[in-house]
Amino acid sequence: MERTLKELKTGEKGLIVKVLGEKGPVKKRLMDMGVTRGAEVLVRKVAPLGDPIEVNIRGYELTLRKAEAQNIIIE
Amino acid sequence: MSLKFALVGNPNCGKTTLFNEITGSTQYVANWPGVTIEKREGKAKRLKEDVLIIDLPGIYSLSPYSMEEVIARDYIVNEMPDVVINIVDGTNIERNLYLTTQLIELGVNVIVALNMMDSVDAKGDKIDLATLESSLNLPVVPITASKGKGVKELLDRALSVAQTAASGHSSPQLQEIHNKSIIASIEEIESRILPELESEVQNPRWTALKLLEGDEKVQETLKVPVSLLIRLKAYQERLEKNFDMDIETVIADSRYQFTTNVARKVVKKKADNSDLTISDKIDKVVTNRILAIPLFLALMFGIFSITFGTIGSSTIDFVDVLVNETIADFVLTALEGAGAAVWLQDLIVGGIIGGLGSMLVFVPQIMILFFFLSVLEDTGYMARAAFVMDRLLRKLGLSGKSFIPMLIGFGCTVPAVMSARTLENEKDRRLTIMLVPFMSCGARLPIYALYTAAFFARNQTVVVFSLYILGIIVAILSGILLKKTILKGEVAPFVMELPPYRIPTLKGLMIHMWDRGKGFVKKAGTIIFAAAVIIWFLQYFNYSFQAVSEPADSMLGSIGGVIAPLFAPLGFGDWQSAVALLTGFIAKEAVVSTMGILHGVAEATESSTDLITALQTVFTPLTAYAFMAFSLLYLPCMAAFATIKREMNSWKWTMITIGYSTGVAWLVAFLIFQIGKLLGFS
Ligand SMILES: Nc1nc2c(ncn2[C@@H]2O[C@H](COP(=O)(O)OP(=O)(O)OP(=O)(O)O)[C@@H](O)[C@H]2O)c(=O)[nH]1
Ligand SMILES: [Mg+2]
Repeated sequence: MERTLKELKTGEKGLIVKVLGEKGPVKKRLMDMGVTRGAEVLVRKVAPLGDPIEVNIRGYELTLRKAEAQNIIIE
Repeated sequence: MSLKFALVGNPNCGKTTLFNEITGSTQYVANWPGVTIEKREGKAKRLKEDVLIIDLPGIYSLSPYSMEEVIARDYIVNEMPDVVINIVDGTNIERNLYLTTQLIELGVNVIVALNMMDSVDAKGDKIDLATLESSLNLPVVPITASKGKGVKELLDRALSVAQTAASGHSSPQLQEIHNKSIIASIEEIESRILPELESEVQNPRWTALKLLEGDEKVQETLKVPVSLLIRLKAYQERLEKNFDMDIETVIADSRYQFTTNVARKVVKKKADNSDLTISDKIDKVVTNRILAIPLFLALMFGIFSITFGTIGSSTIDFVDVLVNETIADFVLTALEGAGAAVWLQDLIVGGIIGGLGSMLVFVPQIMILFFFLSVLEDTGYMARAAFVMDRLLRKLGLSGKSFIPMLIGFGCTVPAVMSARTLENEKDRRLTIMLVPFMSCGARLPIYALYTAAFFARNQTVVVFSLYILGIIVAILSGILLKKTILKGEVAPFVMELPPYRIPTLKGLMIHMWDRGKGFVKKAGTIIFAAAVIIWFLQYFNYSFQAVSEPADSMLGSIGGVIAPLFAPLGFGDWQSAVALLTGFIAKEAVVSTMGILHGVAEATESSTDLITALQTVFTPLTAYAFMAFSLLYLPCMAAFATIKREMNSWKWTMITIGYSTGVAWLVAFLIFQIGKLLGFS
């Protein structure tokens, strides 16, 4: 079942299928930081004010906004 | 000629720690990504050979886009150091190797320093070094930079890499990293497109790859004509169709597949990523939904209470007695004994010792403040604060990343303005720079300490804290205003790494604290000293260089008298305050030293308690508060001004920044005084 990273709940895991969105600096940065196809992500937590989120990916902790997480397709 | 070894690696992997270890310097090390923002060079100690070590800002890849990352990439690509020491964080091999693959593509001489081995061991993970070496086809040396372990061996191996490299160059091993169809495209571009370029290509393999990837910087430097770009497009589209992704992703994907495979082969993890580490446990509290923000405020309040509370103020008394009584008496007696002229005695004791002394008494307090700020930086709290505050900052159109320069601004505006370089977007960077000076820096602390001691002795901490909050509120409102007017733009993105918590080392903390304390003493000994002498002269003589009996008749008195009316609506229209604020441009703490001279020269042996008594006759609690608020917000000091000018790289924006802050300062102080008066405060 395909969902976006944004829809994942705290503690849930998934594999990245695709990163949507226009070519641009944000997408590039996500790519450079290892948010690419096949990587496993685990949602650690949501920030106190509801955004951003913290995920564990490729063995480290990454924070990104829900707006970005929405472009990341997970299975 | 000396050899050049460049330290290259992801942000926060320990490059500067290693640099300090090799060169014996004390460059800034802290536990958040983006600490180093400039290139630094140093000579390697304890080596027979002449080796220059270059510390660079951290980068995740060779296609950077924030200012400090461009510095690092340009250095590696253009200057071609003899050896690139690629520092890889051993606790995070998979992502760190992504940059390594790009260094291999570039074909520079790389040696891998596998850092943080102490943390790897502590976690109980195992790394198969031999397999790592053979998979990368690079020398790998395990090190623990923070303890200096493995550094000697690293340098020896790097030297031998430099020697072999001198004897012949091998071409990059792309086929290890990328799959066949990508290699095929690279080779075709190399043989068919590159020869048609006007300029000669230094590094054909890498250039072909970059052109395939669509790297705009490389296209620009090579001035690739449109006709060739169209042909390149065909290669790109072929791969894009093949993999069903855009070309940048195709290449990045291929690199990551390689690093994932290598990591899988060489790392034996003891724990699964869903197990809670100590960092996760700390985070459960620090970034807790309910606790996070109160905790942040409590932390800041705690820091200020200690700085201003009994511990902080006991240091004041100590230095005060030392400088203003013991030393001043001693010098005065000596001068009298030597038969020095009265004016000279007065200059030395009243002007220099009195002026500088009234400021120097606060240096220990400033050091205490810096101690706590470095604890925040070294533990890893900074990045968490950015995470927690991102949502709020987004309301100002900024991102959590801007919070780091702001927190650093509580220490000193100069490094804070510079660290705004880590922001990707030019407008966000400008806005952050404009807001940082509202964060109350350490140099404003003597002003608060003096005035609160004189007027709010019983709730010093609360009053000082309220000033910090005032600065933050002004910054927030300014952010909203500026983002709606002159700095309109899109919402900044926020993608950031959260480093693991670490226990700060006592050595690191002491270095930070000492560096800062030294900075203040040095400033006191140079520019503030000069200012004190000039101020003393100007208030001692009139325009015909005769000593005056009333300082108000002096040159300084008349200068001050001209600008003083500007401050009258704010509640402090006396000429001394006007002059003191003027000297605040030299350094904010000079406000205090000037006050010390202007209110204390009547008696030569002066201590800050007498200065307090003198101030109590001039100010009321209300005007004192307005004065502190003005000092907090108005134009930043000379050093900050120069930094803002350099970082903004524009006179227009520099003038807007200082004009804006001074205007805001006047308005806020005006409102405090006028509203306070209406409410019946005095
Ligand atoms: N446990 C452990 N910590 C280390 C080691 N080396 C560095 N650190 C810590 O890692 C953090 C980052 O170190 P820096 O030297 O500032 O890293 P950097 O690579 O220069 O970072 P940027 O300048 O931000 O790119 C600091 O908290 C160091 O104390 C090590 O070998 N072991
Ligand atoms: Mg560094």
